[in-house]
Amino acid sequence: MFPTPIEKTAPATRIAYKVALPVALTLWLLPLIAVALTSVRSAGDINAGNYWGWPTEFHLLENYTAIFENTPIGQYILNSFKVTIPVVIGAVALSTMTGFALAVYKFKANLLIFFMFVAGNFVPFQILMVPVRDLTLQMGMYNTIPGLALFHIAFQTGFCTLFMRNFIKALPFELIEAARVEGVSEIRIFWYVVLPLMKPAIAALAVLIFTFIWNDYFWATVLTQGADTQPITAGLYSLNGQWVAAWHLVSAGAIVAALPPVLMFFLMQRHFIAGLTLGAVK
Amino acid sequence: MASTSSTWRRNQQRLAPWLFLAPGIAMFLIYVIIPIFQSMAISLYQWDGLGEKVWVGLGNYVELFDDEAFYTSLKNNLIWLVLYLLAIPAGLFVALFLNQTVRGIRIYKSLFFFPFVISQVVVGLVFSWFYDPNNGLLNLGLMALGFDPIPVLADEKWVTYGIIAAGLWPQTAYCMILYLTGLNAVDPEQIEAARLDNARGLRMLWYVVLPQLKPATFIAMVVTVIGALRSFDLISIMTDGGPWGSSRVLAFYMYEQAFSEYGFRMGYGAAIAVVLFAIMMVYISGFLWKMYRDEKGR
Repeated sequence: MFPTPIEKTAPATRIAYKVALPVALTLWLLPLIAVALTSVRSAGDINAGNYWGWPTEFHLLENYTAIFENTPIGQYILNSFKVTIPVVIGAVALSTMTGFALAVYKFKANLLIFFMFVAGNFVPFQILMVPVRDLTLQMGMYNTIPGLALFHIAFQTGFCTLFMRNFIKALPFELIEAARVEGVSEIRIFWYVVLPLMKPAIAALAVLIFTFIWNDYFWATVLTQGADTQPITAGLYSLNGQWVAAWHLVSAGAIVAALPPVLMFFLMQRHFIAGLTLGAVK
Repeated sequence: MASTSSTWRRNQQRLAPWLFLAPGIAMFLIYVIIPIFQSMAISLYQWDGLGEKVWVGLGNYVELFDDEAFYTSLKNNLIWLVLYLLAIPAGLFVALFLNQTVRGIRIYKSLFFFPFVISQVVVGLVFSWFYDPNNGLLNLGLMALGFDPIPVLADEKWVTYGIIAAGLWPQTAYCMILYLTGLNAVDPEQIEAARLDNARGLRMLWYVVLPQLKPATFIAMVVTVIGALRSFDLISIMTDGGPWGSSRVLAFYMYEQAFSEYGFRMGYGAAIAVVLFAIMMVYISGFLWKMYRDEKGR
């Protein structure tokens, strides 16, 4: 193991390490801790410039109910879910199929199609912006949740295909060959042999895509406008404009917006990291 | 009916991949591949997004050459690209710090990873506030040390660096997790052998550990470069390109030109996007080339 395990070092180093850990963590998360503390401050504290000291009063309930009562933040959150969940399902469904096809079958265009997905996943959003907005307008889906979700499904299919294809490639191919010898049709092989083995990959992708789409801001501003359709990221931006210097409200809003992906991450940590670190180990 | 099903049976290994690929390819072509070419075509027109397109040939690109704001954006993109790479050594450093097995270390690892999970909109808000000239923690700190406060986001000299620092926060967390996974897979026997040969500290890191972390470094490079060139959210949230357009990057400038209060200039915006795309294509091709070699080597 590298660096040297701390248990094997001198006692002084061990103690230093145990002290350094929480100190480093506090410094690292300082901006977030400050936001969390601010979100329970009273307006009086903010006006008095007490941003960083201990709050004089705790306004946890007041601030959080205030943002839900006085702003459409609940609607924004709901919109985020309405966009994110179908995208997770759609992108995972499409890419289990594309990944299966590219991993299992040998045909001429295989690598070319695979590279199309990989390359497309890396292009700058701006090169897609004008035509995609135009297409969405023409389909009558501009400023609708399905319009935004459809684009996300298509775009995420690139990354998901890369992920699924490499995952299936690492499965023992003998399983598929054995099934073929038994005369099992290709579709049944996909459904009964391969799909059950893909559960960990599906879980990993689902949490990753959830986070990516929840946190998307660019496409939300390009394809939607107004509180009826905008997800929380874009909503937070416009609320920030209304809440000039009301930092306790901005902070509470930020915490609410960050909560779902954070919960998702903590609940599904292992899958999340397995997904992100794909390819980091040979 | 019997004949179609037997045709299917005989040819299913040839037909099945296309059946599985069809929906994915169709979606990807419609929303990603074709729009790239459409954007290239639009960049040759003058277009407000609604009326008639007017053919201007390379006019938009010629205009770019004389556009001060374009050069500012390009320069800022370069700064982003270079400084964003700091996330890689920083991530490695944090990963080495956390690569222990003491009690509770898993929670520490997850909490260090936290910034990557939250939206860049939230990161942007958090940092705008950290930089706040009156009450921001940065300036309180500077004043406590006897320096003059710096209004980071309102100062042309500092603004881009301030935004990049905010971006480095989640990006470092991302690189950290890549390296933690990589360190997990480092061969312990090689480490022990090197220890017997008296290699330790930096020499050990450089000659024994880093070569084994190559795949992690490669992925970290790819995601960091792409992340740097895609930077948009933080700029939009923290400064809206200001002050006086000094924190724009190509991605942001494109958006601003294509639709903003200055009017819809889709053609000009598309031309900027094409330039950004060309820059990114250099990296994408490099990535594909390496993947191609790996595939052939299998």
